[in-house]
Amino acid sequence: MIMLFFMEQNISTEIQDEGCAAVVNLGRDVPLRLDSGEEISSFDVAYKCWGELNEDKSNVVLVCHALTGDHYVRGINPITGKRGWWETMVGPDKPVDTNRYYVICINVLGSCAGTVGPASINPVTGQLYGLDFPVITIGDMVRAQAMLLDYLSIDSLFAVIGGSMGGMQTLQWAADYPERVKTCVAIATTWRHSAQNIAFHEVGRQAIMADVNWNHGRYLDGEDKPHAGLAVARMAAHITYMSESGLTSRFGRNLQDRDEVAFGFDADFQIESYLRHQGISFVDRFDANSYLYITRAMDYYDLSADYDGVLANAFQGTKTRFCLLSFTSDWLYTTVESRHIVRSLNAIGARVSFADIEMDKGHDSFLLECPDMDAVVRGFLQSEADAMEVQLP
Amino acid sequence: MNDTASRASDIRVDLLEIARVIEPGSTVLDVGCGDGSLLDYLVREKQVDGRGIELSPEGVNKSIAKGLSVIQGNAEEDITFYPDQCFDYVILSQTLQAMKRPDVMLEQLLRVGRKAVVSFPNFGHWRVRLSLGVFATMPVNKTLDYPWYSTPNIHFCTIRDFVNLCDQLDIHVEQAVAINAKGYPLPFHKLFLANLMATQGMYVITKK
Repeated sequence: MIMLFFMEQNISTEIQDEGCAAVVNLGRDVPLRLDSGEEISSFDVAYKCWGELNEDKSNVVLVCHALTGDHYVRGINPITGKRGWWETMVGPDKPVDTNRYYVICINVLGSCAGTVGPASINPVTGQLYGLDFPVITIGDMVRAQAMLLDYLSIDSLFAVIGGSMGGMQTLQWAADYPERVKTCVAIATTWRHSAQNIAFHEVGRQAIMADVNWNHGRYLDGEDKPHAGLAVARMAAHITYMSESGLTSRFGRNLQDRDEVAFGFDADFQIESYLRHQGISFVDRFDANSYLYITRAMDYYDLSADYDGVLANAFQGTKTRFCLLSFTSDWLYTTVESRHIVRSLNAIGARVSFADIEMDKGHDSFLLECPDMDAVVRGFLQSEADAMEVQLP
Repeated sequence: MNDTASRASDIRVDLLEIARVIEPGSTVLDVGCGDGSLLDYLVREKQVDGRGIELSPEGVNKSIAKGLSVIQGNAEEDITFYPDQCFDYVILSQTLQAMKRPDVMLEQLLRVGRKAVVSFPNFGHWRVRLSLGVFATMPVNKTLDYPWYSTPNIHFCTIRDFVNLCDQLDIHVEQAVAINAKGYPLPFHKLFLANLMATQGMYVITKK
């Protein structure tokens, strides 16, 4: 009886988590013009949503995902079979409360999880894109999202929220569509990719391109994939997502399934084994060319570039309310970067809140259980929603 | 009792004294806003457009959760990033004595705000004088509640010191209130008496 009860409970959450999912073909009438000058027409955009739209469509929250993320924020991800990547943040009674908000997450341009990317078929040639896919930017990703929202007749966003590359998109949204974005929550992110950020990405790309199976991006219809290169890229990147203290407390110099070092190059240490696992499991769910394109988009990201290098000018006159969060142990997108955004916003009199959250798990903290982050996001969204009188669905 | 009333009664009496001098509907920056109690009160009761800077993560998290626009930061550094005269009032409550350069801070307050409201513990209070003069020890009491070796308060001053500094910096004192240990205003207007009897001073200042 008890078993049955629990099973029923599970089923009901499952359905709730499922949300709606769809793929929409856009750009058939008006193509998407990219920052590179190229255009793409007739392209797929995949998205998922949770909660219900209220009467005046004022309760929409757009969640922006990170580099290797996707639109499976909640529920079972059909690609990996695992739970969604932000169930701690988004859901019923969570900080982004799906009882109150209509939450939508759109897979980014260049991805391999449903939205058009280098692993998709080019409608012009009928062939797989591969490296014929145009180089994209964070601005292009945001423009594609705006096209989808236009298609869905969603004009105004109560909130745009995201971490890491998701945070870059939220800031791009606020800069490019100030009248559409009421509040912007940017977590563990930056306003431009630094030399160090670019350097780490270049190591990853070189690892992929050095893999003979990569074959100048033409591996998609063959048997052999550049899995070794992509795994190394993931391993290098994964180090930047964790902190030194986090690694030390979790792995230290502990050995993997052995009492002493083997005087060889097997994974002697637990950290080696962990990284190898991260690399190997990543290649099953991610396309190497997508990795090249999306890391490139991040490298090209500099919100101040169109404003003579003055970030504040990107937000001049904004009415958007900002909430910035950084983590004390994040050395990829440091507190200093968030603080620069905060000070730029203060310089133009924008409304901004900023918390530097104490957490020792490095950049990936934003994906983990973090009561302080949850409390700040929950409080910020709740009070703004109350102030704007966002009605329940 | 409704929510607003309970909140109002929650704020410290000396903060109410500060709130009294703030014009309704004005723009306010609270430097060192703590958990945002005063700012929250001002937003609710005086409909101000309020912002805050706070150093402690706990204070920042609580403030943002209240719906206040508060940033985590160092007051002396972060205030320099605000444009000139962008607030009607800048509040510095019980924080001046913890600044590295209180004089520079006062100038910054009046660069950013048209008026500044500054409150600080009075080191000229008779109990402090007694502690130093008779017992020859640094005072530790309810208002000055740290021992000398671990206090964040590195630049204590008396009410007279503060007035002298304002003079030096060409700062006009618009209003001066002597406040007792319970947070209530004292009826002393003579500097000598205020400096002896007040546990804290509260000043509304402007540029001359």
